[in-house]
Amino acid sequence: MSERFDCIIVGAGPAGISCAYELAKGGAKVLLLERGEYPGSKNVMGGVLYRKMMEDVIPDFYKEAPLERPIVEQRFMMMDKESAVTFGYKGMEWGKEPYNNFTVLRAKFDQWFASKAVEQGALLVNETVVTECIVENEKVVGVRTDRPDGDVYADVVVLADGVNSLLAKSLGFHKEYKPDEVALATMEILKFDKKVIEDRFNLEPNQGCTIELFGDATKGILGTGFLYTNSNSLSIGVGTLLSGLIKHKIRPHELLDYVKNHPMIRPYLHGGEQQEYLAHLIPEGGYKSMGKVVGNGVIVVGDAAQLVNAIHREGSNLAMTSGRYAAETILKAMEIGDYSEATLDQYRVNLMASFVGQDMKKYKDSTHHFDKFPQYFDQYIPMMNRAASQMFTVDGTSKWDKQKKIWKDIGSPKEKIKIARDMYRAWKVMK
Amino acid sequence: MLHIVACIKQVPDTKIIKMNPKTNTMDRASAPAILNPYDAHAVEEAVRLKKRYGGTVSVLTMGPPPAVKAIKKCIEIGADEGYMISDRKFAGADTLATSYALTKALDKISKIQPVDLVLCGKMTIDGDTGQVGPGIARRLDIPPLTSVKKVEEVNKNDGFVIVHRKIEDGYEVIRSSLPCLMSVEKEINEVPYSPFPNMLRAARYEPHIWSVDDLEDVDVKQLGLKGSPTIVAKVWAPPKPEAGKMLEGTPNEKVEELLSIVLEKKELFQAKGVSQ
Repeated sequence: MSERFDCIIVGAGPAGISCAYELAKGGAKVLLLERGEYPGSKNVMGGVLYRKMMEDVIPDFYKEAPLERPIVEQRFMMMDKESAVTFGYKGMEWGKEPYNNFTVLRAKFDQWFASKAVEQGALLVNETVVTECIVENEKVVGVRTDRPDGDVYADVVVLADGVNSLLAKSLGFHKEYKPDEVALATMEILKFDKKVIEDRFNLEPNQGCTIELFGDATKGILGTGFLYTNSNSLSIGVGTLLSGLIKHKIRPHELLDYVKNHPMIRPYLHGGEQQEYLAHLIPEGGYKSMGKVVGNGVIVVGDAAQLVNAIHREGSNLAMTSGRYAAETILKAMEIGDYSEATLDQYRVNLMASFVGQDMKKYKDSTHHFDKFPQYFDQYIPMMNRAASQMFTVDGTSKWDKQKKIWKDIGSPKEKIKIARDMYRAWKVMK
Repeated sequence: MLHIVACIKQVPDTKIIKMNPKTNTMDRASAPAILNPYDAHAVEEAVRLKKRYGGTVSVLTMGPPPAVKAIKKCIEIGADEGYMISDRKFAGADTLATSYALTKALDKISKIQPVDLVLCGKMTIDGDTGQVGPGIARRLDIPPLTSVKKVEEVNKNDGFVIVHRKIEDGYEVIRSSLPCLMSVEKEINEVPYSPFPNMLRAARYEPHIWSVDDLEDVDVKQLGLKGSPTIVAKVWAPPKPEAGKMLEGTPNEKVEELLSIVLEKKELFQAKGVSQ
């Protein structure tokens, strides 16, 4: 008979590690399985880690974790082909402890985070792929790995196996995701001298900046681009719904090359040495794409449960919170020795009552709405750029006349009504 | 019951390592540290011999603290125990100083359990010398069997081994006394995907780590940089081969061009004669 654990967690990303950490801390015998060579080796994210949810797991983590830069400025660029309307916020309060958020490189960060779970007593096994859940009497009782003598048993299995979650799918918890439920993000890490980054982005040492790119960054396809400052590298990336790439017959790397060469972006990247090229799927179907997250002896967390707030580019924080809630529920279940769906459902209840569930609900229609009405990205952003150009170009025309021109540029009365309706709709799905 | 010790090393993965073009040294940070691939075959052979004859497999390494990872890899393959000697005094060792330090560690291990067989990989992929194995054998005063591609028999009772050694035009079958040291070729075995129970054991395993002070009878002058007479006069990356040239045209034209090139470079082929 092979060894037994209280809990097996499949996948050492933010959700799985948070869950392992909390469970091990609570005294459970935990096995954390990772398919990569080490935690983080297969994980991709643009790079923003939110302080609050990480601190809920490890207080004061920022004093020792391998972080890149605390973010003091967040900019948003609404891009047309040769112009951009930019707004943002920079505040020195974000540059001091306890900070607001950080840029991180996942290959480093996840390794560190997993080592903290191991310190708590979790057992981490890398380079091992879980091929299926072992189900007996309609209850998940363990997992089968791809290794010889690879079956291993536990009271609860936590599926933190990421966006496609083949394991949750094979349990019938969700269907194969459609191309309009997942985004494909591609990114590059370009190496620079620290000083160059600080000069280009107007930063002091140990300060960082994030720029989110909308509109022409994705050639008007629903999605966003991003440019983040790491310690001595920049992360440039672009993510769009898979359905958009298919519809426009564009390859993901072409989109990345396009944004890298965009006149609004190119000067930031000049002279960078390519260090890494990464691509990953992001679950962006939101609340409506969420499948079942609890079963007998099994809980689904993080990306595997589609927990991503695409509008606010949040994912890892939702993942960590879900991992933590899963651990709390499992520790309670261990006290009473009951791992049925009814008991474990407390996880779902807690999750949906928290900011995670609330935000998932708040934006439940947003991705679908913007996917259905592409004009926000391919028409209104260029319009916004033309208006700004018109208003700020000093050419002897009176400002009243300029306003008239802008108003005319928007189109016929019928089109104006359409825009007003779109704005109202957008407000409705976002409110 | 046999006690087999495999000597292993953690090395940078030279398949992907970058050279620093200014200093001509390896940029070790550019490549992940792995278990030297030849050593994996040595450990696997030790594990197979254990399965055949019973006994214990230990692994021994010298290196900085992160080299524990290489020992864990050996536990995954199936080794029972792992020993590491780690101390600043060992740093900068060449093959002479390394074989001295490893021999001292082997002396200590054999006090825990006498050693019957020492296995080494053919060579490391970062140094490519293949000298440490024979160096250990000389110091232990046991026969060094290099280029071993098959172990036919290990007979502890009668104190001999029969192995196949790879030679230029085939192999030779030789018989040696035990204990002895073998350095193995990669074709000796295939290292299989480790079974899951080994993975669990490796994840939990804490190797025995010794400093210089834990070893006995050590002459510190023979350790590390001080004990290393090797002088690296120059290091350079091999020049990249130039791209080949494709001949174009009709077959007749191609043959003509090819022959004229061959004649032009005839000294390469040690050919004599003049072109007509």
